[in-house]
Amino acid sequence: MHKIWLIIQREYTTRVSNKRFIIVTFLMPLLVVGLIAASAYLSVSGTEQRNIAVIDPNGFFKSSLKNTNQISFSFPSNVDTLNYIQKGFTDILILPKFEEQKKTDYILRSKKSMGLTLQQSITTKINSAIEDQMLQEAGIKQSILDSIHKASQFAELKAYEDKGGSSKESNAGLAMGIGYASGLLIYITMFIYGAMVMRGVMEEKTNRIAEVIISSVKPFELMMGKIIGIGAVGLTQFVMWITLIVSLTSIAMGLLPADVQHQLATLQQSNGQMAGAGMAQASESAAKIYQMQHTIQTANWPLIISCFIFYFMGGFLFYSALFAAVGSVVNEDPQDAQSLMFPITMPLVFSYILTNMVTQNPNTKIAFWASMIPFSSPMVMMARVAYGVPSAVSYWELGLSMALLVIGFLFTTWLSGKIYRTGILLYGKKVTWKIMLKWVTTKQF
Amino acid sequence: MDPLLSLSHLKKYYATQKAVDDISFDIQKGSIFGLLGPNGAGKTTLLRMITGIFYPDGGEIILDGKSFNPIEDISKIGYMPEERGMYKKMKIGDQALYLAQLKGLSKSEATERIKYWFKKLEMESWWNKKVEDLSKGMSQKLQFVITVLHEPKLIILDEPFSGLDPLNANLIKDEIYGLAKKGSTIIFSTHRMEQVEEICDHIVLVNLGKKILDGSVKDIKQQYKENIFSVQATENNAIQDNAIFNVVRRTDEQVLVKIHAGYSTNDVLTQLINDKVNIVAYNELLPSLNEIFIKLVEGTHASTRAFQNQ
Repeated sequence: MHKIWLIIQREYTTRVSNKRFIIVTFLMPLLVVGLIAASAYLSVSGTEQRNIAVIDPNGFFKSSLKNTNQISFSFPSNVDTLNYIQKGFTDILILPKFEEQKKTDYILRSKKSMGLTLQQSITTKINSAIEDQMLQEAGIKQSILDSIHKASQFAELKAYEDKGGSSKESNAGLAMGIGYASGLLIYITMFIYGAMVMRGVMEEKTNRIAEVIISSVKPFELMMGKIIGIGAVGLTQFVMWITLIVSLTSIAMGLLPADVQHQLATLQQSNGQMAGAGMAQASESAAKIYQMQHTIQTANWPLIISCFIFYFMGGFLFYSALFAAVGSVVNEDPQDAQSLMFPITMPLVFSYILTNMVTQNPNTKIAFWASMIPFSSPMVMMARVAYGVPSAVSYWELGLSMALLVIGFLFTTWLSGKIYRTGILLYGKKVTWKIMLKWVTTKQF
Repeated sequence: MDPLLSLSHLKKYYATQKAVDDISFDIQKGSIFGLLGPNGAGKTTLLRMITGIFYPDGGEIILDGKSFNPIEDISKIGYMPEERGMYKKMKIGDQALYLAQLKGLSKSEATERIKYWFKKLEMESWWNKKVEDLSKGMSQKLQFVITVLHEPKLIILDEPFSGLDPLNANLIKDEIYGLAKKGSTIIFSTHRMEQVEEICDHIVLVNLGKKILDGSVKDIKQQYKENIFSVQATENNAIQDNAIFNVVRRTDEQVLVKIHAGYSTNDVLTQLINDKVNIVAYNELLPSLNEIFIKLVEGTHASTRAFQNQ
């Protein structure tokens, strides 16, 4: 036991003290937080301004097409499609004479083509203007319309999941996001750390140091030491990432303008129920941030993080044992590794595809079975767990899936141990999966 | 004196061949023992069983008077495999420390001994270097240090001099003698027969998984001698075939003669004196181990038996 600990230590410290590890560990959260901050910033300020000239023979659009911070509408009289650019407009919108009961095309000509979101918002504006016009023509007063518009803004969909007696707010979008992100993260790390185990084993074999070490420790100890050491490296990286992302986010929050921070605090105190006048006082950005925080809080984070760590470790142990087996039979030629890796990478890729499906429909039959089978359960079960336990995944399902994963990695470790002890000392012979299976089934040494 | 290591009827069969087929021999304490054999003879398999990497299919290994237990006895053995290697990116000092700790030394003990050996073999400045910066001979020296660091009773060296320049080879050779003098037993596996003749007290030759020769270097040479003598005379041409001997080879310097069965060396001298040959030098020519090796191994298809491990 003392020796396996030495091996784990070496595997861990050589990798953790590696420059590349340190750089990736610190840059990744900066990159993630930076990207989020940049995209948030761009969505608020960095958009282009559109100055649209509207040609409106109908006359009623002038009151309904309201300016926003991106679009300003003007209704000049002497502008046409030939001269709108010279007159300083970016686009020209031609609204033909509107006739009831008949579909009409309006035309937008632009100096530079307009993005889809802007086009959609203009379409919505025009259609609601037409709707208003028709309602007014049918006899509804402008003041009544205005009050209806205002009232309709107060409705918002809030989904709750029922747990026995109590119910909890749920958010399908968030669940999907968490499921997808954790599935993707497990998928990528399986490849990165699995390949790291494989390369480590190959290095020891081609360096011929394996024989020196195996005369001091059992082959199985060497293999397990490597797997556990590298697994610990992966875990360290995740813990660092989570810590860094959380602390960087709170630093970023601290950089918000003071009034926004104050408004945010008020919103948090009142649990978001700052009705009427209070709500109006809060600025748009404070409300958005509050909404985001509130949404994130609907997820059961302790459960998700502990499941993530369990499935990461379980999946890693399951797959890395197989990667170690492949590493042990490869000779100098890395091409051999490629073809031997195929049966391992296939289920990984397939599980990733399944995960994408399961994030949208967490309770199909395929989702159930894929979250039980250890080949795919680390990714697929994470996608399902994000939807909530026990509402989407019952406790027995989670327990069974975890138990099967433990049995699964015990099995692959046993299997790989058999292949490894033969492979690591074997040189100059091309090994296939068939030969490896023979090693497993027949008595060795 | 009791043997340090005693193998009796050791067997290791792979699916396609008998890698080690009923081999027995003893190795005396403090001796330098040569394990010889062509490629694929079963030497590596034999050594891997002695180091506990492989379990024998049959037979017994007695180490230091007790049945060999791979887990407990690992610290009594130092093994330097032929295919040796190091972690290329790891610092040399750390590497030696790591491997010594795997052998069961404590960290402080290991550090102390590494410093001692590094000083002894003029490697002190290497501590922070990486293996990839070392020449082959340098890493060989490092490997030797790592092998003997934990003061094993049994040291197994597989081709320890390959890649070493004569200066460093002598340095290591002296260390080997020194270790043997202090009581360590050394198994020395090689193809280089002139080194075996020089260093080993006792040898075993294996071929096709079987032991074909066992004894001291002196006895074996006697056993395989062919009654060939070298004669130098002032007039070499005066030496001619006769009833007592015939000339095997003639050079400018000397004449090699083979004595016929039933005659003694004095008969040769008497005959030569009678022939008025003026003898300057006369001595027996023993076969070299190399010649014995080739004679025994040649024609056994040893070279067609590739090493297989399944």
